[in-house]
Amino acid sequence: MILNDSLLKNEEKAIFALRELYAAYGYSQYKMSKFEEYDLYVRNKDFLISDSVITFTDTNGKLMALKPDVTLSILKNCKDKSGQVQKVYYNENVYRVSGATHSFKEIMQVGLECIGDIDDYALYEVLLLAAKSLASISVSSVLDISHLGIIEALFDALGIDDGERTQMLKCIGEKSVHSLTAICEKCSVSKEDTELLKSLITLYGKPSDIVPKLFSLLDGKIDSAPLIQFSNILSALENTEIYNMLRIDFSVIHDIGYYNGIVFKGFIEGIPEGVLAGGQYDKLLYKMGRKSGAIGFAVYLDLLERINSSEKQSDVDILLIYKDNTPLSSLAKAVKDLSANGKSVMAQKGIPEKIKYAELMKLDESGVSKI
Amino acid sequence: MKMLNIALPKGRLGEKVYEQFATAGFECPSIKENNRKLIFENEECGVRYFWVKPSDVAIYVERGAADIGVCGKDILLEYSPDVYELYDLDIGKCRMAVAAKKDFADDQSRTLKVATKFTNIAKNYYASIGRDIDIIHLNGSIEIAPILGLSDVIVDIVETGTTLKENNLEVVETIVPISARLIANKASFKFKNELVERIIHSMENGND
Repeated sequence: MILNDSLLKNEEKAIFALRELYAAYGYSQYKMSKFEEYDLYVRNKDFLISDSVITFTDTNGKLMALKPDVTLSILKNCKDKSGQVQKVYYNENVYRVSGATHSFKEIMQVGLECIGDIDDYALYEVLLLAAKSLASISVSSVLDISHLGIIEALFDALGIDDGERTQMLKCIGEKSVHSLTAICEKCSVSKEDTELLKSLITLYGKPSDIVPKLFSLLDGKIDSAPLIQFSNILSALENTEIYNMLRIDFSVIHDIGYYNGIVFKGFIEGIPEGVLAGGQYDKLLYKMGRKSGAIGFAVYLDLLERINSSEKQSDVDILLIYKDNTPLSSLAKAVKDLSANGKSVMAQKGIPEKIKYAELMKLDESGVSKI
Repeated sequence: MKMLNIALPKGRLGEKVYEQFATAGFECPSIKENNRKLIFENEECGVRYFWVKPSDVAIYVERGAADIGVCGKDILLEYSPDVYELYDLDIGKCRMAVAAKKDFADDQSRTLKVATKFTNIAKNYYASIGRDIDIIHLNGSIEIAPILGLSDVIVDIVETGTTLKENNLEVVETIVPISARLIANKASFKFKNELVERIIHSMENGND
């Protein structure tokens, strides 16, 4: 079957491209049911983007939910196997409250998860695939990367307590230098330390520019392990074609109760919000009593309809008007001839309302002619 | 060339903010013409300004119709839009406060009736101090609610306190200081980074 590319919507094209990409790196597709026991989500409520879930009672009386999230279902069904990483991708609809509309929406999501013995290669590969996913959708895209381990190491080094951390993380997420400064003053953080924290907000740019700055700012002041890991993974990505898309941005903040290590968010020019989000979430697995680590991401395909949404010029190329007494055989032949060169043809007895056509033609005793 | 779309709040604050942008090199002289146009463009500087209702600025920016904008911290606290809050312009200063009738004494054993336009700010504040409240959402003339017995207190923006005084009310507690903030759409920050950073830097230098 040959597909006509122009008929496919952005999100449909993306699905094909992404599935091909993930399969090329050995990820296998994970198919799941639309429903899941509600209990799974109650236990991990904070992990969900929105805590509203559509529930219903199954025939056996169990409270079920329409999946608001895919990751939890995959985790539930993956066993811990030491020394191994399970690599899966999915293409599923999820149901949750969408931020701006405050109502439930069906959201089409493609993503992947690596679960198991996560090493630096797994982190590298997932970052590479996240960037490649964006690149396959649009040439103008950016992947913002942060390392929660570095932020936490800095908090540890400065002796900042849990309550203050939450407030400070919010400021870092909002890139709000003034609010962070105010909190530092309130918590009597020294001027020098305040400057260090502020640098987490103001540093933004390509890894080649930012990594050296990070080292000069933080080396020797914090536990160096996360900093070295971050730098190693980024330099491994240096030889890939997606390196130019990468930006270091500590404002990518995911819930530190679930996420540790590397976190990231992808943007595509023309779409006002992030279309890809992911990160390493070993803490979620730990909370579930599991030994494995995990990293993954999701691409929100519903947002893609906003790119290149130039208005359709016409619904059909040719609108062919025929008469009541037009013989069926000559009408069928006329449609076949007109559509032979790839044009779309709609045959009608009159001009339908609200139809945009490029050419209007009629078929009568003398044959096909333009109107 | 990429155009930077800037949403300004209609009114005195917006005009003041425009002056700051103009000094920073993002002039658009046509904005000063006295007419009813809402959109003004200066292709040379690569900016497009538009006037919108102050409470709508955050929506324009969050949805990407504007790349950056200026709005009060009150709006950011009330609606929590998903935007970057890049800079405190330190103008349009006032405070979000709890006010009540002058002779008001809080009876802790009863549910407190709170009238406000800012329901989320009020809910969050009272939740943070563990007080049970009954929220009454009003759209304006909040000051008369305690006078008519509709509520015990109000949560509203207080600038000079004159309106409160004239209605025989006084501030009981300040919840948070408010001022105008420069906000940016998260995607615009990436794709128009140079322009946005230039604006922030010139604001910082102008205010030093």
